Amino acid sequence: MIRLQPRAEPSKLMGYIAPLIALVITLLSGMVLFALLGVPVGAAFYAFFIEPVSSLYGLSELGVKAAPLIMIAVALSIGYRANVWNIGAEGQLILGGICGGAVALYFYEVDAWYVLPLMMLAGVIGGMLWAAIPALLRTQFNANEILTSLMLTYIAGLLLSLLVHGPLRDPDGFNFPESRLLHDAATLPIIMQGTRLHIGALTALFIVVIGWVLLSRTMLGFALKVNGQAPNAGRYAGFTQNRLIWFSLLFCGACAGLAGLNEVAGPIGQLLPSISPGYGFTAIIVAFLGRLHPVGVVFAGLVMALSYLGGESAQISLNLPVAVTGVFQGMLLFFLLAADVLINYRVVWGRARTARRPSSEHGASL
Amino acid sequence: MGSTESKSFENALVSMSGITKAYPGTLANDAIDLVVRRGEIHALLGENGAGKSTLVKILYGLLQADSGHIEWQGVPVDITSPARARELGIALVFQHFSLFDSLSVLENIALGMAVPANKVLQQKIIDVSSRYGLPIDPDRQVYSLSVGERQRIEIVRCLLQEPKLLVMDEPTSVLTPQEVKELFVTLRRLSREGVAILYISHKLNEIKALCSNATILRNGKRVASADPTAESAHSLASLMMGDELDAPSRENRTPSDKVMLRLNNVSVIAVEQHDVPLRQVNLNVHAGEIVGIAGVAGNGQDELLAVISGEQYLSDEQALLLDGEPIGTLSPGQRRQRGLCCVPEERLGHAAVPGMSLSENAFLTAHHRSDLRSVGLINKRKSRRFTERVIEQFNVQCNGHLSLAGSLSGGNLQKFIVGREIEQKPSVFVVSQPTWGVDAGAAAAIHKSLQAMANNGAAVLVISQDLDELMLISDRIAALCAGQLSKVHLTESVSVQQLGLLMGGASIEQGAHV
Repeated sequence: MIRLQPRAEPSKLMGYIAPLIALVITLLSGMVLFALLGVPVGAAFYAFFIEPVSSLYGLSELGVKAAPLIMIAVALSIGYRANVWNIGAEGQLILGGICGGAVALYFYEVDAWYVLPLMMLAGVIGGMLWAAIPALLRTQFNANEILTSLMLTYIAGLLLSLLVHGPLRDPDGFNFPESRLLHDAATLPIIMQGTRLHIGALTALFIVVIGWVLLSRTMLGFALKVNGQAPNAGRYAGFTQNRLIWFSLLFCGACAGLAGLNEVAGPIGQLLPSISPGYGFTAIIVAFLGRLHPVGVVFAGLVMALSYLGGESAQISLNLPVAVTGVFQGMLLFFLLAADVLINYRVVWGRARTARRPSSEHGASL
Repeated sequence: MGSTESKSFENALVSMSGITKAYPGTLANDAIDLVVRRGEIHALLGENGAGKSTLVKILYGLLQADSGHIEWQGVPVDITSPARARELGIALVFQHFSLFDSLSVLENIALGMAVPANKVLQQKIIDVSSRYGLPIDPDRQVYSLSVGERQRIEIVRCLLQEPKLLVMDEPTSVLTPQEVKELFVTLRRLSREGVAILYISHKLNEIKALCSNATILRNGKRVASADPTAESAHSLASLMMGDELDAPSRENRTPSDKVMLRLNNVSVIAVEQHDVPLRQVNLNVHAGEIVGIAGVAGNGQDELLAVISGEQYLSDEQALLLDGEPIGTLSPGQRRQRGLCCVPEERLGHAAVPGMSLSENAFLTAHHRSDLRSVGLINKRKSRRFTERVIEQFNVQCNGHLSLAGSLSGGNLQKFIVGREIEQKPSVFVVSQPTWGVDAGAAAAIHKSLQAMANNGAAVLVISQDLDELMLISDRIAALCAGQLSKVHLTESVSVQQLGLLMGGASIEQGAHV
């Protein structure tokens, strides 16, 4: 029988190394996977991990993909530290895209400086409103936010689909389910000529700094951490739990909403039935891979962004199915969680050792 | 098991030798020897954490020793499970009872013994309970019974198995003094009938009164065997603690007339199943005095502390006055800022966050009253200085201000928590079970600091189950029973027996006439 025995003092160092271990095992497993698929391992690796970042354009694309992941993952990390399990960042992202995109389409005729800030504001508010629903349900009715936020994600996806098939559809678009293309005043400025890298990348870095200061130096961050680790201690110290739940969810909604707006006003440039390749879900992996720390999240975000690019590249040059991206992301999270278990527990085989065997079983008289 | 014991083993019923058990990071039992003879009441004495519970769990088959062996009536045995222990004739009365509230006494006993709840069993229960002076009614529902009565069910359940060895783990920690007396009568009768009793406790007076033999454990090792009747309580204590104890003595204070904390008809209804409703609690605590609140656990102590600390909201702000000002509707933080500091019973997870450093745990409550922030942000240097002051003044054994709270021993963490609050110089200090699970050295240090606070003019309220503690440090004393607070008496004018009356639910009217 295999048992898990808690370790007296889990290694702190291993806690930091675990993401790297998980990464290495993921790569090794990937090799086995490629070999089994009959794909030359070397070529597959080159296509997946090297080719996407071997050019300046590739690097800029890495930034384009990493920005939304990092923005959302920083916000998720803050919530997860406080035991607020928002799984619905994807839905909040979509609502941000819808609201920001709707503002852009409303001002379609207007070419003014204030359009973009208004769109950003609308994106942030849209994400926050969507996150406010699970916050309200949790604080008022104690409904589990994991379920409510996840379910709202599917509603958000259908809402977007409804809108681009209906009210927001391009009137000159031959009935294709997409909106008009946003014009220049409504798209994000590019920060590197000839690439798609937009100022969203800078917003992401800004949010990293905010998240870091929040968690390490502010009362609010301290209250969030206490609440996550020992809610009773939080109450004793006078922190109001409901306020922390509201903050965690609204902050994440704001970041995810902004990320969604950045997609619509950035690389996509219009509203489509799908505006995100699952950034809101992948950000959950990013948050854990980054050890729920804003700086860790930056590195984790880059790694996960690479898995998106690598998947596309492997699809093009090796004809591998795009699902390979999901497989890599899933393996990475799985191995990371496994490493965490082994840091906190040791595996013991068999029963605990018993005392010396008796020579006879029964207490008969001598 | 109708075997007769061998004379060559000097009547040894059970003999454990060289029992060793390691947990991650600690050696809970280090080559412990223990011999219990037929019909004796044998004390297993030691501080919290000395290894008593581990040893008993090994004896009862709940844990397996890493090494060492056990002989039962001279024959080596391997006690692999509690079922095997019961088969041998070992019965264990747990410190915490495992009874179903919604079932009757009879049904509970039947469940525990895996026999049908019929007339035969009922008659047996009545026989056993009358023979040993353990009055219980088999048809009563368990939820309606007091803690003492519940313990009787457990004892009767054990006696029905006709054990040769009855193990009792801290049986009196939940009893009033009267109930303790009754229990001792029963135990002595059992002993006369040849049942050996292994009596686990850290209360020296009980052991002197009851036991004929004692094995004393310290830090997982057996340090001595002694005859408790021949030793003084003081010499037993020094065997148990290892070094001479600098215990505080009773002090006489003259409290001022100024009421610092006033509870006005505080009532709280129970929300959850195990909450105890508070019923019209009235209490004044003056500047410069220590008021003690006695009571068996689960009589509203947690609720009372939560009301005072602010974790439990009151709708009426006048229900609670701090230095004359209504604070009933203020948050815990606001109360702290006004000088009211509280320490709840539960150390880890309530008074401190186990996974955070001492520095962060100091900040947790101290930021309200001590200047630990600059421009709104946490100032780690100031937190560190504050923490190091607490560590030094209260002699907290740790690896510095970055040690995790969860890594400290119970006593050291308690010293840290109490120190953290005292360092904030509160005008009213409320503490629940200040020395629960704390070794005698740390307890003495905590008692002295509470006395010092009162001497400096603070109003101190101590909620505790430990009567010796309350008799030692409090100037006035009351008891909490089923959410109701008794009249407050001068400690000098109350005997332990009278206090027991106050603590017992049925005798509260008698107590009021004392």
